[in-house]
Amino acid sequence: MGRIRTLKDLDLAAKKGLETLFPKKTKIMVGTATSGIAAGALEVYEELKRECEKRKLDIHLSKTGSMGMDSLEPLVEVIEPGKPRLAYGKVTKDKVSPLIDQVVSGSIDGLKPAYRIDDEDDLIRQEKITYGKKIEAKLKGIPKINELPFYKKQLRIALRNCGTIDPENIYEYIARGGYYSLYRALSSMTPEQIIDEVTISGLRGRGGGGFPTGRKWLSCRKAHGDIKYVICNGDEGDPGAYMDRSLMEGDPHSIIEGMVIGAFAIGAHEGFIYVRNEYPLAVANLQKAVEQARELGLLGDDIFKSGFSFDIKIVRGAGAFVCGESTALMTSIEGKAGEPRAKYIHTVEQGIWNRPSNLNNVETWANVPVIIARGGKWFANIGAKNSTGTKVFSLVGKINNVGLVEVPMGITLKEIIYDIGGGIPEGKSFKAVQTGGPSGGCIPADLIDLPVDFDSLWEAGSMMGSGGMIVMDDRTCMVDIARYFFDFLVSESCGKCVPCREGVYQMYEILHDICHGRGKKGDIELLESMGKSIADGSLCALGGSAPNPVLSTIRYFRKEYEAHINKKKCPAGVCRALIKYSILADKCTGCGVCAKRCPVECISGERKKVHIIDQGKCIKCGTCKEVCKFDAIIVE
Amino acid sequence: MVNLTIDGRHIQAEEGSTLLSAARANGIEIPTLCHHEALMPTGSCRMCVVEVSKGGRTRIVTSCIYLAEEGLQVNTKSQRVQEVRKLVLQLLMARCPESEVVREVAKEMGVNPEPRFKTSKDKGKCILCRLCVKACESIVGVSAIGLSGRGQTKKVGGPFMEAPQACIGCGSCVYICPTGHIVMEDDGKGHREIWGKTFNMAQCRTCGRYFAPLEQLSFISKATKVPLESLMVCTSCR
Repeated sequence: MGRIRTLKDLDLAAKKGLETLFPKKTKIMVGTATSGIAAGALEVYEELKRECEKRKLDIHLSKTGSMGMDSLEPLVEVIEPGKPRLAYGKVTKDKVSPLIDQVVSGSIDGLKPAYRIDDEDDLIRQEKITYGKKIEAKLKGIPKINELPFYKKQLRIALRNCGTIDPENIYEYIARGGYYSLYRALSSMTPEQIIDEVTISGLRGRGGGGFPTGRKWLSCRKAHGDIKYVICNGDEGDPGAYMDRSLMEGDPHSIIEGMVIGAFAIGAHEGFIYVRNEYPLAVANLQKAVEQARELGLLGDDIFKSGFSFDIKIVRGAGAFVCGESTALMTSIEGKAGEPRAKYIHTVEQGIWNRPSNLNNVETWANVPVIIARGGKWFANIGAKNSTGTKVFSLVGKINNVGLVEVPMGITLKEIIYDIGGGIPEGKSFKAVQTGGPSGGCIPADLIDLPVDFDSLWEAGSMMGSGGMIVMDDRTCMVDIARYFFDFLVSESCGKCVPCREGVYQMYEILHDICHGRGKKGDIELLESMGKSIADGSLCALGGSAPNPVLSTIRYFRKEYEAHINKKKCPAGVCRALIKYSILADKCTGCGVCAKRCPVECISGERKKVHIIDQGKCIKCGTCKEVCKFDAIIVE
Repeated sequence: MVNLTIDGRHIQAEEGSTLLSAARANGIEIPTLCHHEALMPTGSCRMCVVEVSKGGRTRIVTSCIYLAEEGLQVNTKSQRVQEVRKLVLQLLMARCPESEVVREVAKEMGVNPEPRFKTSKDKGKCILCRLCVKACESIVGVSAIGLSGRGQTKKVGGPFMEAPQACIGCGSCVYICPTGHIVMEDDGKGHREIWGKTFNMAQCRTCGRYFAPLEQLSFISKATKVPLESLMVCTSCR
């Protein structure tokens, strides 16, 4: 197919996409985003290919992004014309052959589908996509996707195509209404109208800061300068966060389309996607997507015969957390070491090479085509008052349903953790949730009814951040968590300014001391006052927010700090220097499992008699407690 | 001209001038460690922070970078400002316990070392103000030295921490270093050593004194197109 220049061309491309999106034969999709690959999805895909070839089956095999429910990976979905889409979870290589048997015979007696999709809403085309009208009786027992607690409260706007389209196939993106918003923007809207629509939508930056996107675009449009840039920040670096990764891997065109629309509104002709090189699949898929868009004329000169030209360069980040900060990112694009600079003059006025530069996060860009298609008002009706729309979170840590979720903002933490996340594993209780990565804070259990929006999280001493959500149970030591985040920040501080470079390091040393029983009276107060001055005195937002993990844990878990310092005890039983494992004589059955599993052989005792731990040798790894079936081992 | 208030005093400053220069021009002292009037400010030491208020919003900014604004109220000595400066000095005393300069500034400001901080032994007197790097880049124009690493491992040196090929031995870095961290040694017999590199010194044709590295003179000759021969006289004999 040649260049797409008219609506008719676009329709033709969409038709071509439909041929593989919903082929007239059986289709099998494997989720091969990183979450799938980690679980072995690529081997499963290869095995499927081999099996189909061996049996000479005419099956359309396809790769797709992530549906978000990581506990089901590797996820394989089967779509047969006129029938509901069936999702099989945990399909390992050895289950491929039986699965094919089932597909061929049409039974679902062996492997049970985890869910079925009868129909879904195409957000952009505003159509219902019906997979199967008539639901066979045998499928009635299989839950529909939105009956699963994990999906019930989700609304997938940014992730609309992840897990459904082949990210390497631009036609499938177009078949889902992709690039139609761009056509609409270029053919029938003025830049001002686009900015108005984004402003009405209330969209705020999804990278953490929550700055109103429309206002940012308007400032950049108004800024003086012939050459302007738009940038996509794909340098997601928070520990435990992989929202942007999934989006870049699973639906790169949604980001590109958003950027072209934004560039037209702002008046930019060059764009950059800054993506960390630790995300090889994201880099590859973005690269491919940019090339395909260029081939079809959706990037380059005179897009849709509008006279507007725009192209995108992909810049790979070299592994510095600080490069997620906008000014450091821009310095890095310029080819210099990624160090931030003060933002007294905003980057929308002086960014890359001192030219007006508009930077938005991956998820922000991905929302743009939907806003243009459905209108700002539609978007503004979703979510909370000052936090409209949805937000993608990576739900990780001590939670049953680990995964990527997209929810309307304003939903409570409780709904995310208990309804979607399925609560805390192993019957343990919920203690705190860390949001906003190293710049965020820990929110305690008694604030579980807190609505998740930009302002509520900020007031609670944390922040929305890019969307990492680390759930912690009662076996988590909050001092140790603060120490962990500071360890991260010490190695990620760029070192340009004194408070962050030296202050975060000294705070880490004090936290390290506290966790090792060397805490001193006055440490808590010192940490608090240092935290305040570091936040006040640092050059960029990384230093400015660095004290949050400590300040928020002191605010909500001060007693835990006091126990470490004054009583030399770790109430959660985590800090090895402060804990002791011992065996309760009345509960020990003398089974010997603990002794067998102890890595340093420090547990002894005769069979069927009470065992004891040699405290001098014990390395406090906790293995004995984990393996004891009689709760005979305690930690204090 | 813009009108603003610094420490309660009404002040007029030229448009585009920084808060630091506006304050200093009016005799209001703001301490600095990484500032030098010959170089572009970077705002890395954070000693010059001040509190600014406008439209009900109060925040801490870096006066060496922040430009004077109409109607701005500036407080150079508020509690918050003092706390930041105190922390910066305590942190630098812990980083560079050998630095007399840092100790003296702290003493002047009545700041004592924080006993809880770990002191470093391997940082010498370098506070990473980066004046040397900037001088080498924008005044000398050779960019022989630069910064590598990040956080606690950040340091100044030649590429790959080897003797910098581009160094011309001019000693500008030594001259501009506020703490005396950079060492340059002349043996008096025609050799100068700096950054692990040894330079042959040129002898003044008139008085015979070793006055400048030959590499520096050829660099100047190339840059100015003045024949090297004409540069072989020291400044006192010229």
